[in-house]
Amino acid sequence: MKIKYLLMLTVVFVLILSACAQPTQAPAPEEPAAEEPAAEEPMEEAEAEEPMEEEAEAEEPMEEEAEAEEPMEEAPAVTELNILWAQWDPADQLQQVADKYEEVAGVKVNIIQEPWGSFGDRFFTEMAAGGDAWDMVIGDSQWLGQGATQGHYVELTDFLTETGIKDSVTPATLTYYGEYPTGSGQYWGYPTEGDADGWAYRKDLFENPDEMAAFEAEYGYPLAVPENYEQLMDIAKFFTRPDDGLYGVAIYTQKDYDAITMGVENTMFSWGGDWKDENNNVMGIVNSPENIESLQFYKDLYECCQVPGLSNAFFTETNDAMLGGQAAMSMNYFAFFPALASPDINPYADDTGYFPNPAGPDGAQHAALGGQGMSVISYISDERKQAALDFINWYAQDDVQADFAALGGYSCNQAVLESEEFLNAAPFNPAFAETMTFVKDFWNIPEYGELLEVSQRLFSQFVVEGVGTAEETMNQIAEEHDAILRDAGYIE
Amino acid sequence: MSIESTEAVVQKPDQKKPQRRQLSDRAIVNLFIWPALILLIAMNVFPLFYSLYLGFTDYSAITRQQPQWVAFENFSKILNDELLWKYFATTGRFALLSVGLQTIVGFSLAMLVNHKFKGSGLLTTLILIPMMISPVVVGLFWKLMYNPTFGFFNLLIGYTKFLFLAFFAASLFAAYFLIKRYISKKKIYLLITGILFGVLGVVGFLAYFSDYSLFGFLSGFFNPSTAPDMLASRFAGTPVPGMALWAVVIVDVWMWSPFVMLLVLSGLKAIPDYLYEAAAIDRASSWFQFWRITLPQVAPLLLIAILFRTIEAFKAFDLVMGMTGGGPGDQTELISVNLYRQAFLGQWRTGRASALAYIILIIIIAVSNLYIRYLNQMKGED
Repeated sequence: MKIKYLLMLTVVFVLILSACAQPTQAPAPEEPAAEEPAAEEPMEEAEAEEPMEEEAEAEEPMEEEAEAEEPMEEAPAVTELNILWAQWDPADQLQQVADKYEEVAGVKVNIIQEPWGSFGDRFFTEMAAGGDAWDMVIGDSQWLGQGATQGHYVELTDFLTETGIKDSVTPATLTYYGEYPTGSGQYWGYPTEGDADGWAYRKDLFENPDEMAAFEAEYGYPLAVPENYEQLMDIAKFFTRPDDGLYGVAIYTQKDYDAITMGVENTMFSWGGDWKDENNNVMGIVNSPENIESLQFYKDLYECCQVPGLSNAFFTETNDAMLGGQAAMSMNYFAFFPALASPDINPYADDTGYFPNPAGPDGAQHAALGGQGMSVISYISDERKQAALDFINWYAQDDVQADFAALGGYSCNQAVLESEEFLNAAPFNPAFAETMTFVKDFWNIPEYGELLEVSQRLFSQFVVEGVGTAEETMNQIAEEHDAILRDAGYIE
Repeated sequence: MSIESTEAVVQKPDQKKPQRRQLSDRAIVNLFIWPALILLIAMNVFPLFYSLYLGFTDYSAITRQQPQWVAFENFSKILNDELLWKYFATTGRFALLSVGLQTIVGFSLAMLVNHKFKGSGLLTTLILIPMMISPVVVGLFWKLMYNPTFGFFNLLIGYTKFLFLAFFAASLFAAYFLIKRYISKKKIYLLITGILFGVLGVVGFLAYFSDYSLFGFLSGFFNPSTAPDMLASRFAGTPVPGMALWAVVIVDVWMWSPFVMLLVLSGLKAIPDYLYEAAAIDRASSWFQFWRITLPQVAPLLLIAILFRTIEAFKAFDLVMGMTGGGPGDQTELISVNLYRQAFLGQWRTGRASALAYIILIIIIAVSNLYIRYLNQMKGED
């Protein structure tokens, strides 16, 4: 009897282990995705027969609470869709809008939210395993390259073109949130959440008559929202008063992921600089005189006028500087401005204004891009792909986009961005609408992480630590980027 | 019941007694251990060897491609990468400073609470609290504490000017008493006393209100623009190399000295009293007793504490990421932080990160072996 009980326990235990264990993955893509960096093998559309169905048998079970849809020809009608996004307000807003889709189409849409810090990790590990935990993802623009070349995303070129959705969004957003390679005309995502860097400022300081008089006396022109970076620097210096606990700016300096690079991009792009030319060459581009000058400017701005203690600052810290009344102006993504506009959160909400990224010395005006596009996961069944496309088709309608914008979401829909309702919906919306016409982005190739690490390290070293010169920094970035791109085959 | 009837019940010829195979003790032990071992092998040992294999490939965990064998290329690139050697050096510095200070502070705390006094139990509990807090939480709130505009750290340092004043005042009083003792003429000693107090008053006034040189420097700790910004590694805007690393070291010492204290305390409690009694009889000084009795008796446990803390120093990650993210620049880029950066954060160089992890493991094993060898020698001497 003892043996029987022990054997039963062992069998039960082994069964439990088997249920929890995952089979070793044989990650052989059915399509030769991305031997070359700029792989242009289009994924078949959802409507066509998917050869991946044959490999669906090797797929691992879904890890999330989403139902395990079996990729068989006789799969039941789709009743639920799961969309993975980062955990933030726009995701809540999307959920509110998506709840209406159930009334329209009878399909429940769940927005699965993952904290920003683990968003990318979670998504890419699932994709590496060919997982079908989600039907769609609203991924960063930098993910487009990996998503397209690694076969994670379904190509949406025909879908977006035939439905006319392609023409409903601003060209810049379609390029940066949906197109890969850039300029190829191949689309992998529907621009869902537009975002870019903008500025918030203290209207009460700017409109104070005494301040205005003092500024004009000192600088020779009226105090107003800066139109170029030279004016921004003057204003920042004017409002830097350590004894009063007030400083000119709160700008990005965080080294962790991409913050300081995005911050420097705002000056770099407005100086007319860039990361590469049309042939992906970086030497002479990254270390161009414009880039060097813009980097020096960013450092000067940090040293003269940054709120002390913001040596590792991203969106939370720059917003906190405004909330605490420490900064006259702060840089941040528009997605984080609702907090500044809320009187419940910001005691200076009624005195906070917003303006787009200023122009550079030669009049060029650009802003670092944020935002995400909605992509369909290629590892789900044909039925689910079709259901996902149906949802995107519904979601892209002007009235639905208007609803999203009304809740505070940053639609990329042209009609919405130009509408009076949108422009009046939030105090930062006019600046946002203007900014979305001149956004620029970092690299979106699969190797973007390696390129980003270089710029993060060296920008932090120069701007925050104060080591080296702007020229040395940009030269080193150019050299290291060049080595990475040559290694990856983008430059011969 | 009679024996005969009992035997009749037991041995009925038409009923075969089933043969019971008794499990041996060894078998029962194995049956209890093996499920846990299987789990351990699946969760720990298999990944250990698999990651060793990946270290010899160019695998990326986010690509759907089979690992490609590249032999020692990853190891070669790592060992030839100047930046990585810089991070190793930073980690070594961090380990040396942090473990060294933890040893001193932990030992001191253990000596303090070793003898019972009123409130020693409460004090011990309070000392242990930092160790119980999550490292990420510690990193985040120390980040706030280091803030030069509202942080408590600069405020505390600012009080050092009062310590300076107190020291200065104490020196003046000492001079006053010396003068009073050796100068008998009342007028002269009154004059000198007056001068001394006058100087004290002026110094105090300058220290509090002035920006003049040394005293301005001291009073500037309340002014964020002239105060140290530890995490930015700047003092009054001037870059000061190494400050950020010291900031992390201070937090690590604050957090883990209680661990050293606990181990040392257990060693102190185990020292027999008769050793001290014998030493007292022989009129041994306190220092002699500490150096010849306390330290040797506690040494094995102290060494174990140092060993553990050294291993942890090489693994330090969450504290650094919470406070500096490895910055500014790469001042606090410890090897484990860089390992994380290579393995995740958009790079996903799984093969290379696996190779680096094994290099770190080898270094930790080598360092640990040195400690263990010394420990064994000490035990052998006993």
